[in-house]
Amino acid sequence: MNIHEYQAKELFEKYGVASPNGQVAGTAEEAEAAARAIIADGGGKQLVIKAQVHAGGRGKGTFKNGFQGGVHLVESPEQVAEIAEKMIGQTLVTKQTGEEGKLVSKVMIAEAVDIERELYLAILMDRETCRPVIVASTEGGMDIEEVAESTPDKIVRQFIHPLAGLQGYEVRKLAKALELTGDQAKQFGRLIKNLYSLFLKSDCSMVEINPLVVTPDGDILALDAKFGFDDNALYRHPDIVAYRDTDEEDPREVEASKFDLNYIGLDGNIACLVNGAGLAMATMDIIKHYGGDPANFLDVGGGASKEQVSAAFKIILGDPNVKGILVNIFGGIMQCDIIAQGILAAAKETGLSIPLIVRLEGTNVAQGRELIANSDLDVITAESLNDAAQKAVAAVSA
Amino acid sequence: MSILVDENTKVLVQGITGGFGGKHAQLSLDYGTQIVAGVTPGKGGQIFGEKTPVFDTCAEAAQETGATVSAIFVPPPFAADAILEAVDAELDLVVCITEGIPVADMMRVKEIMRGSKTRLIGPNCPGIVTPGRGEDSHGGCRIGIAPGYIHKRGNVGVVSRSGTLTYEAVYQLTELGYGQSTCVGIGGDPINGTSHLDVLKMFNDDPETEAIIMIGEIGGNAEAEAARWAKDNCSKPIAGFIAGATAPPGRRMGHAGAIVGGADDTAEAKKAILAECGIAVSETPSDMGKTLVGML
Repeated sequence: MNIHEYQAKELFEKYGVASPNGQVAGTAEEAEAAARAIIADGGGKQLVIKAQVHAGGRGKGTFKNGFQGGVHLVESPEQVAEIAEKMIGQTLVTKQTGEEGKLVSKVMIAEAVDIERELYLAILMDRETCRPVIVASTEGGMDIEEVAESTPDKIVRQFIHPLAGLQGYEVRKLAKALELTGDQAKQFGRLIKNLYSLFLKSDCSMVEINPLVVTPDGDILALDAKFGFDDNALYRHPDIVAYRDTDEEDPREVEASKFDLNYIGLDGNIACLVNGAGLAMATMDIIKHYGGDPANFLDVGGGASKEQVSAAFKIILGDPNVKGILVNIFGGIMQCDIIAQGILAAAKETGLSIPLIVRLEGTNVAQGRELIANSDLDVITAESLNDAAQKAVAAVSA
Repeated sequence: MSILVDENTKVLVQGITGGFGGKHAQLSLDYGTQIVAGVTPGKGGQIFGEKTPVFDTCAEAAQETGATVSAIFVPPPFAADAILEAVDAELDLVVCITEGIPVADMMRVKEIMRGSKTRLIGPNCPGIVTPGRGEDSHGGCRIGIAPGYIHKRGNVGVVSRSGTLTYEAVYQLTELGYGQSTCVGIGGDPINGTSHLDVLKMFNDDPETEAIIMIGEIGGNAEAEAARWAKDNCSKPIAGFIAGATAPPGRRMGHAGAIVGGADDTAEAKKAILAECGIAVSETPSDMGKTLVGML
């Protein structure tokens, strides 16, 4: 689950991680008011206005209405309103959004900050060591993957004991690696302790601050932040779930999540409906192997009630790219005849008119296959995974 | 021999009084597994099914029935605690089926378990099956949610992160006439109790296991680690498959651990490493059984 920059700022404020003064706005009027408030507060510093989307590369992006750039330095509250008008309700296309771009519903107005140094700071869950790891580098403000390639010695990793937590000596090590001394080292110490607390208490999978800036005045501020949250832990964070912006997500995936379906939309034309994540991935793989292109990943899980199968069909059919559907079910606990009933009902209900290839294996497979054979629906049946994939690819190319 | 469990293993089920736990406890009993107790706090004294006693705690259950292994069917918010209770009761093996346990909880469980005698398999796993010698492999030990009848007693060890993809491999083997010694589902979470490598070592030492199928997927380095060890240390032929060649980077493909982190944990990268280490890589999930048989 992703969150917006202004929501990240809210989390930072809650946990005491310093960031530039800023406010979110949903209209040009709000934006202007925010600008005035920040100027009054900060004593006339320059401001910046930033489009709020779940994607990077905003500065170099272009709006579909022709307006250039999702991030602008501004001189006055009037100019803030002017630019906000050009951004809010418009679609911003950046390198990371794909050509469809993303709708901008909010903008953030913040104090523009003078930068003396740009640092990099992140906390992740490291799966190999099963520990949180703090990653820090003096090379902030750039692509950290490039830094890892060209100057890996400039990246420092500190693994934290999962029960003992962040220790004072570890904080000092990090400050030293970031070449921070005196008051700056103290500020950093507060910031990293609070950030670590935020990371654990919010069940983050990742928090990345790039850049973490040192201003000429010697202040240390988080200028931008990226968050990842552990989906498994969201049940205990209703406040974070409230940050979810379904406008930023693939509508098919939003619909699927309502039915507890694990769905990821792709670009191909052969839709899949499978039980089990590993088998679902493998089904996509074998379609590709035979020259086809999967339209989605879809794991109906161990339950696959009639309602879920129906919902899955509707979501699949809502995708205009889909030219055929491959159902691959290995019924362990799930009985093949029950699945067959669900599929036939869903196909009838949705008025299915594209090829449907069904491969059933497992419990009650004979009954399941019989039900399908006896139905008046035009279903292509397959025996093995190989057979199913080849038939699906052929049916869609025909 | 098989590994970890066999027809003599006594098993308790934590969460037996829940719908999911109860259903699978019964299926295990039908398969011939020795489910000797259930544990649900507050429901001690009840009887599950025909005659399986339910206890309030793992310690009591183990004490009274001699159970040495636990199957955990407890919802995510309470599952980590259930694991730790089983560890505290000094069971030999804990198999946690639960999907959805927060990563931070598992991180803490792993740390707390350091040095304990208990082995954890999972979480988010289909479980473990040592097939029996009866009809449809009845009479073995089935812990978890796998369909019993697809198995056949034999000499191929199977280790996998996925559930239904494992059943695919097992069924292919059974249809080809090759049975299994033990099938271990290690689960799809990024932090788990037992790795591919751990299981390979056990299969390598097991006289009944003559060949191995290893099934992996995108995300993490478990398969690479196992393959590198196997190259120099495993005396038995291994066939492998890695799911997720078509998975887009950075997206979680169902399993919490199935997410491409970089260049090294894509399906392509892993297949290449497996091949370099002398593992026969199945190109498609349909050929896992055939690929292994081809090595024998």
